[in-house]
Amino acid sequence: MEVFAQQLINGLTLGSIYGLIAIGYTMVFGIIGMVNFAHGDVFMVSAFIAMIFFLLLTTWLGIASIALALLLVLVLAMLMTALWGWTLERLAYRPLRGSFRLAPMISAIGVAIFLANFVQVSQGARNKAVPPIVTDVIVLFERNGYAVALSYKQIIIMSVTAVLLTAFWFVVTRTSLGRAQRACEQDRKMAALLGIDVDRTISLTFVLGAALAAVAGTMFFLYYGVVGFTDGFIPGVKAFTAAVLGGIGSLPGAVLGGLIIGLVETFWSAYFSIEYKDVAAFSILAIVLIFMPSGILGRPEVEKV
Amino acid sequence: MRWEKDPILHVEHLKMRFGGLVAVNDLSFKVGRGDITALIGPNGAGKTTVFNCITGFYKPSEGMLTLRHKAGDRAGSDDGSFLLERLPGHRISQDARVARTFQNIRLFSGMTVLENLLVAQHNTLMQASGFTIAGLFGLPSFRAAEREAVDKARHWLEKINLIERADDPAGDLPYGDQRRLEIARAMCTDPVLLCLDEPAAGLNPRESQELNNLLLSVRNDHNTAVLLIEHDMSVVMQISDHVIVLDYGTKIADGTPEEIRNDQRVIAAYLGVDDDEVEEVEAEVRA
Amino acid sequence: MTSIPTFPARPAGTNQPAPPPLLLHALRESALAALVMLGLSIPILLFRTDQSAGQQLMLTPRIGLVATMCAIIFAVRFVVCLYVARRQSQRAARQAAGVSAPQSKLAHYVVSVGVPLFLGIAVTYPLISSMLAGGLNGARYWIDLGILILTYVMLGWGLNIVVGLAGLLDLGYVAFYAVGAYTYALLSTTYGLSFWICLPLAGVLAAFWGILLGFPVLRLRGDYLAIVTLAFGEIIRLVLINWVELTNGGAGISSIPRATFFGVPFERGENGFAAMFGLQFSAMHRIVFLYYLILVLALITNAVTMRLRRLPVGRAWEALREDEIACRSLGINTRNTKLTAFSIGAGFGGLAGAFFAVRQGFVSPESFNFLESAIILSVVVLGGMGSQFGVAIAAVVMVGGPEMLRHLAFTKAIFGPEFDPNEYRLLIFGLAMVVMMVWRPRGLISHRNPSIALKERKAISGSLVKEGHG
Repeated sequence: MEVFAQQLINGLTLGSIYGLIAIGYTMVFGIIGMVNFAHGDVFMVSAFIAMIFFLLLTTWLGIASIALALLLVLVLAMLMTALWGWTLERLAYRPLRGSFRLAPMISAIGVAIFLANFVQVSQGARNKAVPPIVTDVIVLFERNGYAVALSYKQIIIMSVTAVLLTAFWFVVTRTSLGRAQRACEQDRKMAALLGIDVDRTISLTFVLGAALAAVAGTMFFLYYGVVGFTDGFIPGVKAFTAAVLGGIGSLPGAVLGGLIIGLVETFWSAYFSIEYKDVAAFSILAIVLIFMPSGILGRPEVEKV
Repeated sequence: MRWEKDPILHVEHLKMRFGGLVAVNDLSFKVGRGDITALIGPNGAGKTTVFNCITGFYKPSEGMLTLRHKAGDRAGSDDGSFLLERLPGHRISQDARVARTFQNIRLFSGMTVLENLLVAQHNTLMQASGFTIAGLFGLPSFRAAEREAVDKARHWLEKINLIERADDPAGDLPYGDQRRLEIARAMCTDPVLLCLDEPAAGLNPRESQELNNLLLSVRNDHNTAVLLIEHDMSVVMQISDHVIVLDYGTKIADGTPEEIRNDQRVIAAYLGVDDDEVEEVEAEVRA
Repeated sequence: MTSIPTFPARPAGTNQPAPPPLLLHALRESALAALVMLGLSIPILLFRTDQSAGQQLMLTPRIGLVATMCAIIFAVRFVVCLYVARRQSQRAARQAAGVSAPQSKLAHYVVSVGVPLFLGIAVTYPLISSMLAGGLNGARYWIDLGILILTYVMLGWGLNIVVGLAGLLDLGYVAFYAVGAYTYALLSTTYGLSFWICLPLAGVLAAFWGILLGFPVLRLRGDYLAIVTLAFGEIIRLVLINWVELTNGGAGISSIPRATFFGVPFERGENGFAAMFGLQFSAMHRIVFLYYLILVLALITNAVTMRLRRLPVGRAWEALREDEIACRSLGINTRNTKLTAFSIGAGFGGLAGAFFAVRQGFVSPESFNFLESAIILSVVVLGGMGSQFGVAIAAVVMVGGPEMLRHLAFTKAIFGPEFDPNEYRLLIFGLAMVVMMVWRPRGLISHRNPSIALKERKAISGSLVKEGHG
């Protein structure tokens, strides 16, 4: 029971990070039907950006308030990562739009390899660790000598995720950008004929996705305090699994899928075997795709003859 | 009424549901052996859905689709009949020998015209190639079978006047040629029933006339029954032996072209209820 | 969709504001690019993080580096701008003159001259390289590189059956490579089976795994199939790492028996290869033998593929790539057809894997990661899907190209002695994948050769050939 409660908390924290990344996959897939393989690495880059800004603000500029520093880091990381998202779309994907279906996929794989090695070359191959940033913990209850704790970090992560997702939800459902996105999803040609700037809409989709990945990256950095240049691939695949599980193209689905994957991973590690936790994630991915390709909240695809 | 005496295809109580939408409801009809049968009806009447059920792309929600080969034909089951709704998709062409074309042409556009016709003879050639193993070593029996397949393709290319373009990619052909090629490709599977989804759509009058001749030849020279969906009344009225009219997923009339032409209910339901329009269209139909 | 009209549509050639002078335009674009580069550099290039003695992360600013990068980007963008403008004006001039680009003729010429040339070089390569390097021993590096490239050529050709012909996107091809490698590694170390028995076994076993994995997934389409195969590839790798009792985990399996000359070992001494043929013993004999072994394996792969393309099954693969629904309507069993492509491709991957194990004498799960699959796939796509020759060229470019970085000693003179160009191998590899795709999305050789002809074989333009949906 105690272990269960603790794992539930840990799983939800991890799940909100996956959910944030998953939104980037699902949005891009929805609008241009492409699996953005590089998204996991964009997330990794954003974690590095967050780490460097954090060091910059705390050690060089001497900001003593951790809360203020974290807020600034979050905003700056979102901005900078958004620029990365914009640039990548512009250089690696836009020239390939409407061309051969495989080309953007290969290009995205190239971008993923490039980003990981760019970080390796510019920052070194070793993992970067910082001392724990926020260490306070609230003990929820204690029984049989096992304390179920909710750390401040976890509270920050879950609440920031909730707030930003609400803001994001508002953007995609209530603003003209969201409307334009949905129109492009339905029929890009028709949307263009109706005066929607399709290129700009797609660009903004990448920018939004990257910004949310930056939130995830910042939270990841805050949570673990360690980042490495290989940290993009596995979280990327897990977040993609989350997007597929929730129903690719569905935004609430991505968040739901993220939470489920986070919970499955933590419970699997706690009760079965930690070695096979990635196997579990990949197996879920395969099983969902084979038996439930439209996911939990997605629309089933009807074959047109 | 040939279709009553000797039906090749018997559709009984066919029903197709998509979620809450009933696209075809309790539809029954017969297609006569050696007939050209036209399936007509306004847009959204469920014609293509019926086709997709017959050719195995949809599994009907209810109903039975029986295809009967002639006694003594290369029959699959004991009495030469097939329940199409139970066959896996590719078996419908391979065993029951029902071939089809598509409303939006589906040629293998990056392959040549000749290759398109050879792919259609896949199952015969596959057997001749000993499921690839004999073919890999180039055994003479396979070479002979391939020559035969090319001859058959050549026969059809001459028939549809495309022999000169045999080595060009199918995607390069003009629209009308693509339509004819798709029919030839379907015929290369040696079907007993050929289903054509709007074969005359987008053709000019001369091409339309050529199509009529081709379809008549398919029926007369190759003993293949033809079931077609068509909006072009000149095609329907000139060549069909039997017309079935659908509206909102149900059959509203069934008979010879003569009977359909004079059926006020068909004209009203099919073409709208406006009197002036009816007269106008009646005139067109008679012409 | 490059041709989407923007609204309001502007009638071509009228009312357009006069374009700014070329140079000015190029300068503006370049400045913009440099500005974006500056933005991207903050903070990830501008500051380097280093662990100090006290385990504290320290920031080191690198203003010079950022300035250099911005300058480089400025220059690159400037050149690209001018180049694009020049090409556009050339194209316009050509169009005005009514001349179409003689591209397909040229491609045809390249293939007809290139194939014999390529084959000739491949066959005489050990000789050429040892002559250039002044002796067999000096050519060790070059022959090893040749073996590496040929391994990728073979893998590319194997995957080409799946991706190029059948249009099935497989991102986990490396799994079959691993199956082949571990088959030989395990059978030879535990049962002492010889390489020549294990080689066909590895192929068969990998093909069997292809059927096993392909069976549930081949009804998926496009990107979904890609992702599932990626997942399978990763699962196999993770199982190899974690199933320590069987595979010895991440440490891998070492001391795998070396290849023999059909039973005759490459050893010093009476029974060795050198003694048998009356040669002076040289360790290079084995390397040269391995080179020819992979060359033969690759050529067998190619020959089988070319033959299959002309058989009904190969035509069905290509038809499947073009239109699966039409295939079904013609009575083709699409599932079995896909499975044959998947398993034959996997089989060749397995053969290559067994070769890899015998060549290295050591296998570990890390050799079979996703990057490997990505490299093989990029070789296929860059080569031009379905084109055997294109795949071979792409393997040389993508695998041999980054190797050249090892030889750029002069860069040390420019960037200082600590600069190691080899570190940039994968960085450049990733960049090259993007650039190549943007430059030629359909690959180097995109036209398709018909499998049969009535009168004359004409190359089919790549724009008509579809890429498959599954």
